[in-house]
Amino acid sequence: MTEMGTQTASVQRAKVRPNKRKRKVTGYGIAFTTFGTIWLIIAGYPLLYMVMTSFRTQNGYLIGKPWLPPSHPTLSNYAQVLQAGFFHYFLNSAIVSVCSVVLIVVFALLLAYVIVRSHSRTVRTVFNVFLVGLALPIQAAIIPVYILINKFGLYDTLIGMILPMVAFGLPLSLLILVNFVRDIPNELYESMGLEGATDFQIVLHLVAPLSMPALVSVGIYEFIQSWNNFLFPLVLTQSQSVQTLPLAIVQFQGQHTIDVPVTMAVVLFSALPLILAYIFAGKYLRRGMLVGFGK
Amino acid sequence: MLGSRMNWQRWVMMLPAALFFGVFALVPMLVAVYYSGLNWDGVSKATWVGFYNWTHAFDDGQALHSLWLTIELMVLCWLLQNPLSLVLGVFMAGKQRHRVVYGVVYFIPLLFSAVAIGITWSYILDPEFGLIDTLLQAVGIGNGTENWLGNPHLAMLVVACIIAWQFIPFNSLLYQSGVKQIPASLYEAAMLDGAGPLKAFFHITLPQLKYTIITTTVLILTGTLTYFDLIYVVTNGGPGDSTEVLAMDMYKEAFTNLNIGAGSVIAVILAAAGLLLSILILKFTGFNKMESQMEGT
Repeated sequence: MTEMGTQTASVQRAKVRPNKRKRKVTGYGIAFTTFGTIWLIIAGYPLLYMVMTSFRTQNGYLIGKPWLPPSHPTLSNYAQVLQAGFFHYFLNSAIVSVCSVVLIVVFALLLAYVIVRSHSRTVRTVFNVFLVGLALPIQAAIIPVYILINKFGLYDTLIGMILPMVAFGLPLSLLILVNFVRDIPNELYESMGLEGATDFQIVLHLVAPLSMPALVSVGIYEFIQSWNNFLFPLVLTQSQSVQTLPLAIVQFQGQHTIDVPVTMAVVLFSALPLILAYIFAGKYLRRGMLVGFGK
Repeated sequence: MLGSRMNWQRWVMMLPAALFFGVFALVPMLVAVYYSGLNWDGVSKATWVGFYNWTHAFDDGQALHSLWLTIELMVLCWLLQNPLSLVLGVFMAGKQRHRVVYGVVYFIPLLFSAVAIGITWSYILDPEFGLIDTLLQAVGIGNGTENWLGNPHLAMLVVACIIAWQFIPFNSLLYQSGVKQIPASLYEAAMLDGAGPLKAFFHITLPQLKYTIITTTVLILTGTLTYFDLIYVVTNGGPGDSTEVLAMDMYKEAFTNLNIGAGSVIAVILAAAGLLLSILILKFTGFNKMESQMEGT
């Protein structure tokens, strides 16, 4: 920021300040803060419980007080998580999510460009079908998808999960990208067209760079969707070698029902990428999560 | 010069998305209708039984029961989530430092998958070692052995509470951005007229949030209609069939009882209900505005 900018900013701040100081502590303010604090406890305490329990010993869990931090904290639960092969499930989840996101974003952007730039009845119909697709829940199609993936010989493979995930990720991503691509000024297309650029070149050198903010948000949204997806691995896989994290946690919990501390470590481990993303890029994560629902 | 005509490059660009969506989403949806007329275990030869699965589903009462439970869950989720999210969203929209910090914590449950949340809460609610019961016992409320998820009268409410715990922050984020868009001049004018904060809330904030309220309502209803992951983990439809919502019922019919036809009946009901709700989306949230914009281009 320039010096001028900083100066004006501080002048503005100085103007605002006396106003702020005048703000009285009202009864409503206190009631509001109380309400906010109660929700802070409701939201935060179970999370704290998760973390505390994941550092407890099995013995400490059975005899200790669950609402207090562990008296003998241990890292052994996390060691056990890695021994149980969770790094492998982590990799599976990463492969499935990254592949899904890349395919969804690329396919949706290409189609969004065609929808915005072409006046063809077919294209219009395709777009309308996708809009209807927004309403169709995955659950309603899962039985035929299961049969289809079996017929393709893709049952119990990572690809078998990626394909339907891409299909169901497309409608929302497409809708958002169409809205974004439409805002690119016509003159930019025309000047590139005059230089003789083909459609592919325009998408690559004009549309993709200009749509980057939307692509990032859509990418984050779809990543979270596929990272946390449970139904596809549940229905479309059976062997451990291709399990993704959400299914792996459930199976692990089924085998270690009494070993709660280890299960809590597993739960935290499964959300690790999103927790890290929230710490280091919280702004983008929030924006990605709200994509398409609010401004 | 590229006009608005289709050319081969554009057809190629359209193909992957259309193909993926057609093969793995659209066609399966239509095939589900066909499957609902089959007597089939998914492996051996299927026989066509017409409407048998449909009449059977409603005769034995299970489908109606599940439908009713689903509606009950939708209503519960709305009642638990919407008013609280609204107040929380207004709270988060404030500029005070502590509100911003609180908002950072509120968001965290959204980072976990529904199954992770479900597993955590089933431990918190565990009647023997769980957080809630031991806390209640420590402060002397009740005998501290309530089996929250094992009680058929409580299970659905508890499930709705867990869902609310995860999704209230999401809805309140929508409300927060809604509140931030309300012009400050409205409040200033109201202050000049001598309106207090409560009056300002009911006469300015609430009416101005009309569209946000509609959006969150539709999101909660469509989300709850097909809610599956968390229920699968927390109660698996039980105790008895007290939380056996449509999606749960469908999964069990198709993948546990291997009755593809009966499962598909429920799948079609889900799709129809989803479409019905989405017509409401088109009507209220302005997705249709976008289409009318397209007419102009």
